[in-house]
Amino acid sequence: MSGGALSEALAHPETSAADGDLGASLAGSPAGPWRRAFRRLRRDRAALGAGIVLLVILVASLAAPLYASLVSRTDPFRSNLSGKIMIDGKRTPIMQPSTEGRGLGVTPIGPTWRGSYFLGADAQGRDVAARLLHGGRNSLLIAGSATAICLILAAIIGTTAGFLGGGVDMVLSRILDVLWAFPVYLLAISLSIVLISKPIIIGPITIGSGSLILPIVIIGLVYAPYVARPVRGQVLALRNSEFVLASIGLGMPTWRILMRDILPNVSTTLIVYIPLMMALNITTESALSFLSVGVQPPDASWGTIILDGQGLLYTRPAVSLAPGVAIVITVLALNLLGDSVRDALDPRAGLRR
Amino acid sequence: MNAASHEPAPLLDVAGLTVSFATEWALVPVVTGLSFKVGHGEIVSIVGESGAGKTVALLSVLGLTDRRNTKIEGSVTFRGRSLLDLSEREMRQIRGREIGFIAQNPMTALTPVHTIGWQIEEQIRVHLNLSRAAARRRAAELLDEVGLPNPAKALDLYPHQLSGGMRQRAVIAMALSCNPSLLVADEPTTALDVTVQAQVLELLRRLRLDFGLSIILVTHDLGVVGEMADRVLVMYAGRVVERGPTDVIFDDPWHPYTWGLLASIPPLHGQRAMRLASIPGTPPSFTALPKGCGFAPRCRFRFEPCAETPPRHEQGEHAALCFIDSSDRPRLREQILYPSSDRVA
Amino acid sequence: MPGSGGEPMIAVIVARIVQMLFVMLGISVVVFLIFFATPGADPSARIAGRNATQETLAAVRKDFGLDRPMPVQYVLLMKRLFVTGDLTSFANRGQRVIPQIMDAAPITLALVLGAAVLWVVGALVLGVVAAASRDTLLDRGLMGLALIGVSMPVFWFGEVMNLLSQSRMHDTIFFSWVPSLGYKPLSDGFAPWFKTLVIPWFTLAVLYIGFYARVLRANLVETYHEDFIRTARAKGLGPLRIMLRHALRPSLIPFVTMFGLDFGALVGGAALLTEVVFGLNGIGRLTYVALQSLDLPVILATVIYASFFVVAANALVDIAYAALDPRVRSGR
Repeated sequence: MSGGALSEALAHPETSAADGDLGASLAGSPAGPWRRAFRRLRRDRAALGAGIVLLVILVASLAAPLYASLVSRTDPFRSNLSGKIMIDGKRTPIMQPSTEGRGLGVTPIGPTWRGSYFLGADAQGRDVAARLLHGGRNSLLIAGSATAICLILAAIIGTTAGFLGGGVDMVLSRILDVLWAFPVYLLAISLSIVLISKPIIIGPITIGSGSLILPIVIIGLVYAPYVARPVRGQVLALRNSEFVLASIGLGMPTWRILMRDILPNVSTTLIVYIPLMMALNITTESALSFLSVGVQPPDASWGTIILDGQGLLYTRPAVSLAPGVAIVITVLALNLLGDSVRDALDPRAGLRR
Repeated sequence: MNAASHEPAPLLDVAGLTVSFATEWALVPVVTGLSFKVGHGEIVSIVGESGAGKTVALLSVLGLTDRRNTKIEGSVTFRGRSLLDLSEREMRQIRGREIGFIAQNPMTALTPVHTIGWQIEEQIRVHLNLSRAAARRRAAELLDEVGLPNPAKALDLYPHQLSGGMRQRAVIAMALSCNPSLLVADEPTTALDVTVQAQVLELLRRLRLDFGLSIILVTHDLGVVGEMADRVLVMYAGRVVERGPTDVIFDDPWHPYTWGLLASIPPLHGQRAMRLASIPGTPPSFTALPKGCGFAPRCRFRFEPCAETPPRHEQGEHAALCFIDSSDRPRLREQILYPSSDRVA
Repeated sequence: MPGSGGEPMIAVIVARIVQMLFVMLGISVVVFLIFFATPGADPSARIAGRNATQETLAAVRKDFGLDRPMPVQYVLLMKRLFVTGDLTSFANRGQRVIPQIMDAAPITLALVLGAAVLWVVGALVLGVVAAASRDTLLDRGLMGLALIGVSMPVFWFGEVMNLLSQSRMHDTIFFSWVPSLGYKPLSDGFAPWFKTLVIPWFTLAVLYIGFYARVLRANLVETYHEDFIRTARAKGLGPLRIMLRHALRPSLIPFVTMFGLDFGALVGGAALLTEVVFGLNGIGRLTYVALQSLDLPVILATVIYASFFVVAANALVDIAYAALDPRVRSGR
């Protein structure tokens, strides 16, 4: 997806049809805006549901090692081509003789719906369910960290450009324009390919080519311009607003103005972006991993597992389907949460029911 | 009040209109017990500060409030029909056809992507059975009547190509395109400068004269009221605190809020005041209305009884809700209307 | 398109073109830096591809002037790409790059155009119906579907569609007509061409339908709060007319803007995931294959090609904006 589809996120505060000042006189609940927003969020059942789902996924992913050792009793990172497991009292090989086509080669077993190999095995004989949970850890970790990097970068760039204006703004905006012109995936893929081919050595720090830092930084970097633009726009508008101009006129130091007037508003914008960017980053990471330029083996992520399952798509679809479903559920929950957060932070939401 | 048996039935009869909004905390009444009548060819003005619920009252009459979060009680009778009981489809035949509406802000009242000619013709063709050519001719006539220069060319202009005053005139033309008997105008001149305001008001007066148009004129400007209205309703915090014929209200106002409004008109003659009089304080938030008289917190003359619901004083068509006794009134009124302390030496 | 008394349209267009050129220059520099200037690697190895002989490496170094200073390298590269047009792919045994792009472009175009038609129509219908029936079960249901569409990774959904149409349900009436993966050009006949593209069209469109329907619905609902809608209701107009004639056009403005940008990006190669999954040799897939084999000349060319479309789309969108919103035409 590209710039067009991404600029949707913050665009729609809904206005009230009542008297202009009526709105103000109706909004008189005593709690501050953050508390009100939080209350609204708590009452939103969709948000609650989404939050619970995300929590479950998070906990399950964190518990991946426990699952691997206690439930499935396998090592999700080691090939197990000649292993056997017990099913209904019979010892069955994990890689079965193939029944498709000409009957040559082997096919891993399908879902057993039991503790061991709950979702079946992949082409290396590894337990798909255990890998799924481990993959979740990496996918969530990457998405979360990349979101953090993206928002921090966007906040710095956007605030600097919007607040300082003039030449600084022009230069930064041109750079943003150029970055924006790259289709996101192409930029990410290009960077990944270049950076993954060899370890990067910066002074004493060595970043191996399989390190997770690479996808994190790349994804965070690539999406930063998208958030930087609205932030810049908002800071620009705020800086030219009457109360900020008055503060400047009164001689208030810049950092005070930033802390008191600009940052609180910008942080509201950024908070709305958190669930949305996380959803986007999960999808992007999975796409990059699917194309072999994201997470590198032996590490797993939902994207790599989908890739693993490609060769088995028609015989053992569970391998590819399961991580995809996991992504869909997670992204869905994040999107729902994102919608609810945006609605909750809308200052005029009290007038609608 | 004398119910004259041969008094003609009013065009519009609003009785006990109460409008409440459902906010996330409670049902908040924004208009309480509003009652008034509008006769044929009458101009009735509703005055009050911003946020007094005037616009909401108007919208409720027209059925333009958001049904999902608005509760409307009371009755609104137009030409003998109860508007609140009509279906949406029946209301659509009345809106734009028998009752016209002019909104406060001419800059945003017209759809930006269509020419004004198109928008006027649209209304005409929806209600009247005219051909496109006939509708276009009528639209040009209307624009001419409201004083738009070069009406035939103006038809093809977009709203943003007209000034505020012209836009408001176009809106008036559009509202009157199907010859309604009642015009509901929500602060039609507030967003315009003074000379344009005078022209628009003059236009409305002429329309009343020429076509027998009845007008409900909502405004916060008593100057406009004095010029235009036959009768006045003064609203505060959702209630009518005083009502009566315009000259009576101006000559002998009863309610302290009315006094404050009158006093705040800068005088054209006499000594120049050092300070412009204003009513201290701000209108209450509807979620935190005081018990008893709504105006009491800002009233200079409040005393203990004001914590209870004020009684209604009546004399003929003049009425007010206040605890101040008629004997005390003139003295207290003087203090507001003719304060002696602000003269320039 | 030019409105009455519009400010010198020519000046505006020229300014836009200059801006476009500037951005493209910037992009070419960034691409150059990414592939030639990243520390710690020999660019000639990248160009020659893996497993190149010493002679090839030496030849590459000489050809691309890799022993010369950076700016010279950059100029030489640009010259071969734009001026002499004889940029050759080293990983593909001397095949010229530009014809490769020319061959792949129509495939991408076919994919993107078809998907675009589907998604615009789909999003319009979904968005309008949802907004018209807002807060009812229908609205929530449609938006729920849209949300699911947005939440599926496009490549995974493509795989699922393949699973169904090529394997599991291939023998049913639903999918028996689906040919095997790959593209058949129009010259082979309309029906075969069409059949290879139907499922890819659908796959690519689903994601965007979800997105655009949500955006349209949100814009419509917001527009409904505007004053001029209240005026329209006060005029006694029916809800259908208000929706289609008064609310839709202003709400379409963001829709069109986003569409232009997305379409431009897709034509330039952003549909690579769909192309890879369905075996269509479009620009996206070409770029991806080139990236995988570090076929630098092809990468350079395709990325610049892609960026050109994005930038051109940006400019076109601004023009379309003027067509939709008369306020912009007269320069207000």
